[in-house]
Amino acid sequence: MTETFVPPTRFAVPGRIAVSNRAAATWQTATLTEIRRETPHAATFRFAVPHWTGHLPGQHLMLRLRAEDGYLAQRHYSIASPPDDAGHIELTLDHVEGGEVSGWFHTVARPGDSVEVRGPLSGFFAWPGDRPALLIGAGSGVVPLMSMLRHHRARDLDVPLRLLVSARTSEALIYAREYGEETTPVFTRGAPDGVPVGRMAAAHVAPLLAEQPPGGWEAYVCGSNGFAEHVSRLLVEAGQPVDRIRIERFG
Amino acid sequence: MNVTRGFTGRPRANNAGLPPGQYDAGDDWPVLSAEVTPDLAPADWTFRVDGLVAEERTWSWEQAHALPASAYEGDIHCVTSWSKFGVRFGGVSLDAFLDAVRPDASATHAVAYSHSGYTTNLPLADLTGGRAWIAWEYDGKPLPAEHGGPARLIVPHLYFWKSAKWIAGLRILDHDEPGFWEQNGYHARGNPWEEQRYSGD
Ligand SMILES: Cc1cc2nc3c(=O)[nH]c(=O)nc-3n(C[C@H](O)[C@H](O)[C@H](O)COP(=O)(O)OP(=O)(O)OC[C@H]3O[C@@H](n4cnc5c(N)ncnc54)[C@H](O)[C@@H]3O)c2cc1C
Repeated sequence: MTETFVPPTRFAVPGRIAVSNRAAATWQTATLTEIRRETPHAATFRFAVPHWTGHLPGQHLMLRLRAEDGYLAQRHYSIASPPDDAGHIELTLDHVEGGEVSGWFHTVARPGDSVEVRGPLSGFFAWPGDRPALLIGAGSGVVPLMSMLRHHRARDLDVPLRLLVSARTSEALIYAREYGEETTPVFTRGAPDGVPVGRMAAAHVAPLLAEQPPGGWEAYVCGSNGFAEHVSRLLVEAGQPVDRIRIERFG
Repeated sequence: MNVTRGFTGRPRANNAGLPPGQYDAGDDWPVLSAEVTPDLAPADWTFRVDGLVAEERTWSWEQAHALPASAYEGDIHCVTSWSKFGVRFGGVSLDAFLDAVRPDASATHAVAYSHSGYTTNLPLADLTGGRAWIAWEYDGKPLPAEHGGPARLIVPHLYFWKSAKWIAGLRILDHDEPGFWEQNGYHARGNPWEEQRYSGD
C-alpha cells in the first residue's frame, strides 16, 4: 500500500488516540444507579457499565432508548466522569425543552432503569493528560472538559490546565462547587454581586495566551455552534494556531 | 434490547424518506465540524484532482463556474441522527471534473480533502454517475462559510461527514485510506440506509 495521504493544509490534526472499533460497534447495557441535581436544568446520571473498556477524558458515547413499538431514539453524550471511575460512567444532561431523550431522563428515569450505550467514540476531542490544556466551554459544553479536570486531579498531574466556563447565571453553572483556581467563570446574564456580566471576550482569552506554558496550549472548545464559532475566532485572533484548536459542537 | 421503562418517544409520522435511526430536523441545519471555520474568499478557493489520473488539474473559482451547472435537490442525512428533507444545492457535477482528469483503470478510491485540512475517504463509484457535486449554492444563495462555503463536496447518498466542507481537492488512489473521522472510529463508507455509522456496523 502506498503511503498515507496528508493534505497540504493546516488542520491536518490526526486523532489523539486510536478508537477501538469493537467498543465503538458494541451496544451494552448501562444501569442507572444515581441521579444528582447540578442546576435547575441539568442533572448528572451515574451508570454501572460492568464491561466498559474505559475512555479518555473528552470522549463521548452514543446512547439509545427503546419504546414498546420498537422505536429507537439515539443521541450523543459526553462522558463527565474520569477514566479511573472503573465500571461506572457519568453523564450530565441539560433538560432540553420538548426533548425526547433528555426529557425522559429528567422526568421518568430513576435508579434501576437501564439504557444502552456504545463507545467511547472519537479520539479527536480527547485529552490523555499529556499536553498543557486550555479548556473553554459553555452550558453543557463543560461536560467533557470536567472529565479532563477530574482526570487532572485524580492523577495529580502537573501539566498546566486552565478552564474558562460560560453560563447564563451562577445558578446555571454546572459543577459550580467543583471548580478551583484553574477556572474562570463568565456569566452572560446574571452574576453574583461584584462579578461583571457579559459575553466571553478577548480580555478573557488574552491573559491565558500571554502565559503560554512550554510547548504551548492545546485548546479544547465545547458548546453550541454559536459559542464555538465565537470562541474559536477569539483564540485565532489571540494567536492560538488553528491546528491546535479542537472543537466539539453540540448543535 | 429491552424496552426502556416509560419511554414512548415522540408521536411519529410514517416517513419512508427517513433512514433508520434518523429524525427530521425540519428547518434546522446543525453545524458539526471539529475545526475552526476557515476564512476563505472565493478568489482564493481552488479545486484540484490528482493522484492516479491521466492529467492532474486545478480549477480556480472562475474555471469551475465555467463548467455546466448542475443541482442536487433532495435529502441529506447526518450521522448524529438528523436528516433534512428537500434541500437544494447548486454547483457542478463531480463527473465534469473527473472526466477532465481521466482516472486510471486501477483507480478504486479517493480521499477528499478540504482547505482546512479535513480528509474523508470514498469509493470512486460513490463519486461518479451523477451522485456527487461540488456545490457553492444553498437554496439559491451563496453557501454560508460554516456550512462549507465558498464550496463543498456533496455526496447526499452517504452520511454527511463524507461531504467535505471547504473542499480543496481529491486524491485518486488504488486503495482505501481512512480519513479524519474514519480514523476516529467512523465507518469507512457510511451508507445511512444500512446505518453504517461506526466501523464494525
Ligand atoms: C458529541 C456530542 C456530545 C454531546 N454531549 C452532551 C452532553 O454532555 N450533555 C447534554 O445535555 N447534551 C449533549 N449533547 C446534545 C445531545 O446529543 C442532544 O442533542 C440533547 O440532549 C437533546 O436531545 P433530546 O432528545 O432531549 O432533544 P430532541 O428531541 O433531539 O430535541 C432537540 C430540539 O429539537 C426539537 N425537535 C427535534 N425533533 C423534533 C420533532 N420531531 N418534533 C418536535 N420538535 C423536535 C425539540 O423541541 C428541541 O427543541 C451532545 C451532542 C453531541 C453531538
